[in-house]
Amino acid sequence: MSEPEPDAPAIDIAGLTRTFGVRRPLRRRGAEPARQVVAVDDLTFRVERGESVGYIGANGAGKSTTIKMITGILVPTSGIVRTVGLDPVRQRRRLAYRIGVVFGQRTQLWWDLPLRESFEILAAIHRLDPAVATRRTSELVERLEMASTLHTPVRQLSLGQRMRAEIAAALLHSPELLILDEPTIGLDVLSKLRLREFLIAERAEHGTTLLLTTHDMGDIERLCDRILMVDHGALVYDGSLPGLVRTVGARRVLVVDLATPAGTLPTFPGVEHLGSQGGGIRHRLAFDAETTTAAALLTAVAEHVTVLDLAIEEPAIEDVVRRIYQAGG
Amino acid sequence: MADSVPAAAGRLAPYVAVVRARIRAQRSYRTSFRIDLLGSAAIGVIEFGEVWIVVHSVGTLGGLNVRAILLLFGLSNLAFASGNLIAGHLDQIPTYIRAGTLDTFYLRPQPLLAQLLISDFQLRRLARMTAATTVLVVGFGLNDIVWDVRTVAVITMAVTFGTAIFAGLFVCAAGLQFYLINGAELTNAFTYGGAYAAGQPASVFTRPLTLFFGYLVPVVFTGYLPTVAILRLDSPPGLPSWLVWCTPLAALWVWAVALLLWRLGVRHYQGGGG
Amino acid sequence: MSIATAAPIWAPYWRFARAGFRRESRYRLAAAAGLLTNVVFGFVKAAVLMAAVEAAGGTLAGYTAGGIGAYVWLSQGMYGAIQLTGDAEIGDRVRTGDVAVDFTRPVDVQGAHLATDLGRAAFTFIPRGIPSVLIGALTTGLALPMVPLPYLLGAVSLFLGVTLSFLCRFAVNLLGFWIIETRGVRTLYMVISSFLCGLFVPVPLFPPWLAAIAAATPFPSMMQAPIDVVSGRVSALDALGVVGLQCFWVFVIAAIGRVLIVTGRRKLEVQGG
Repeated sequence: MSEPEPDAPAIDIAGLTRTFGVRRPLRRRGAEPARQVVAVDDLTFRVERGESVGYIGANGAGKSTTIKMITGILVPTSGIVRTVGLDPVRQRRRLAYRIGVVFGQRTQLWWDLPLRESFEILAAIHRLDPAVATRRTSELVERLEMASTLHTPVRQLSLGQRMRAEIAAALLHSPELLILDEPTIGLDVLSKLRLREFLIAERAEHGTTLLLTTHDMGDIERLCDRILMVDHGALVYDGSLPGLVRTVGARRVLVVDLATPAGTLPTFPGVEHLGSQGGGIRHRLAFDAETTTAAALLTAVAEHVTVLDLAIEEPAIEDVVRRIYQAGG
Repeated sequence: MADSVPAAAGRLAPYVAVVRARIRAQRSYRTSFRIDLLGSAAIGVIEFGEVWIVVHSVGTLGGLNVRAILLLFGLSNLAFASGNLIAGHLDQIPTYIRAGTLDTFYLRPQPLLAQLLISDFQLRRLARMTAATTVLVVGFGLNDIVWDVRTVAVITMAVTFGTAIFAGLFVCAAGLQFYLINGAELTNAFTYGGAYAAGQPASVFTRPLTLFFGYLVPVVFTGYLPTVAILRLDSPPGLPSWLVWCTPLAALWVWAVALLLWRLGVRHYQGGGG
Repeated sequence: MSIATAAPIWAPYWRFARAGFRRESRYRLAAAAGLLTNVVFGFVKAAVLMAAVEAAGGTLAGYTAGGIGAYVWLSQGMYGAIQLTGDAEIGDRVRTGDVAVDFTRPVDVQGAHLATDLGRAAFTFIPRGIPSVLIGALTTGLALPMVPLPYLLGAVSLFLGVTLSFLCRFAVNLLGFWIIETRGVRTLYMVISSFLCGLFVPVPLFPPWLAAIAAATPFPSMMQAPIDVVSGRVSALDALGVVGLQCFWVFVIAAIGRVLIVTGRRKLEVQGG
């Protein structure tokens, strides 16, 4: 299974398991025997070409470990993983030409040099034809609106600018599969929106497969047609977001601050009034993402009262996971 | 979607690009760069001084006089400085591991070791080479050397394979780093210890030292053996003068161990091999 | 209303020393590795110097074979405590501005770091100091005095040597207030100090002009001085003179350090660091 077939799925995982032996560091005497931590537990799934998958789970659920095995950084304890048809450990270098990865916390760029030079170096590293490289760089720079930052050293970029640069860097060699590990963490709302729009456009044009890990439900909503959820290393859900919401019954909450206190608000279909604070100034309304959107609900509310301020509370991943277990899913 | 077969932009292009980037990045820190150069040159001079003082105080040590020491130091230190230039920065690997940045190298289509070797090309290490070369050239001038093919062959072999030996020792150290994250100092015993021992007249070594630095960590090939060969001096039975022609074998041995340790270390990092 | 404490003024410093000791004790693997490196260097150094003594007919600059053995293994043993490598912990704090926090604490910055370093140095005798001397005694042989006075005076001398080494490193690190990247300066310091303090070659072996240069620096008082006192190479009255010189240098470097702190602090405030 080592020849790359053009129709091979983007990611093909079967029975993937990874355990870590936790040793007591050398310094302590009377050491406990080694404990085994199962980071990834018998994972099986397939991501076809062109799909866009959200890979979610609580912290420590095994997401990063899975990605490391998909990209060839870690060797599985047992099971099989094939990325675009290649064995990520044995064929790492060949694989590197065909996938792009963005780690949210770590940079792949050259810290001290102007951004432009990072792109040039990466073009050389991926052995791109100079004409192709120039064209692709311009395309990415234009779409991600980075023209003004090209001459800035990477260490002087803001987080939003750097994330855009990281994504451009990962896409420079036009990979078939793009893996993003927490790409929007710490970004402001506007930057998140722009990034999402870019990814959607990029996928539409190039058919890139996308695997995204994130804690942001907005990312999932906008970008992913499919969700894989892991908990303690095991796959607990594989389906669509509406399906997940339906299964879980998790709801988003719209919090509105009113101009004048109101004792009650009109009832809306599929919306539960969770309570009010400050004597009727602040109201919390839980709504089902399937029946209505935040915007529609806000409009409906605003028809009856004057809204001064609003916030949206997302269902926490931990909450969703907990509910999944309670639902026996 | 772009063709997945890499375009013909030259096999070396990726490496050249990274090295040039590193050089540019360093030039941007002007003053400290100059102090670095000064420091590196000073280190070279002082290291020579350490051996020189001892030999000077007794005239001849282990069959080598002060002028011979110029050759001994020049050759071994040049080999060390060059090896250090090529592979010395691999001692940053534990830092990369702790910061998680080692993984970035996995995502690029070059071999891991090759990437790490060029990842940090330090210009100041060139300064150390300059100091060593100066001492060596002075040594050429002050010593009574017969300049024939044999002499040139010995010198070329000493410098090239000597560099390979020290570079290989640094790679050995790097491979061990994957196991010994906090024990970095352990490898100093044979990298910097090796450089120290290489600059001494090995004829004064005790038997265990001769075995260690002559055959296990074969730094004796980088300075003492070539010096003795060039100056046509006597050498102790444990280190016969014809041994100098085995310098390539010594380098081969070091690199065989280095690549083995590297592979074991990387496998340990990736969790493979049980 | 002030909070009256019953704690004596040296209490926080004792705490720092203990913390330094305990912190050092955690790095067992590093300590073992350090000992190994020490020993390898020691064997090479001993081989070369003993050969030199023999070549000189049995005594070289007043060293016999046993005396040079003592020098080699005492210097290797003390190396861990005297710590000449330019570590950048304080320099990093200066560079990142964290040092401003240190200035807000009611302890003397120089004193606090000194106490911590003394604790650290004290620990190193266990895995590096004593074992080095023992190994030397068992392998190459070394000559140490049989009377207690050199050891008593030597302890004082060693204490002063470690203190002096710390104060110098501290001062070098403080240059970080003015020079952004101190690595070059620290490396230069490390090389010069280890050379002139007698780590690689005993100072008595230096040619006269170099000996004069060394005498004008505090470095020989860091390592050569305690070695000379403990090994009995200098005895009684001369030893007192050596210790006196160490005290002089401690005073001078401490004063320089304090000047650097004051001016550096002023610079920090002006910059709004």
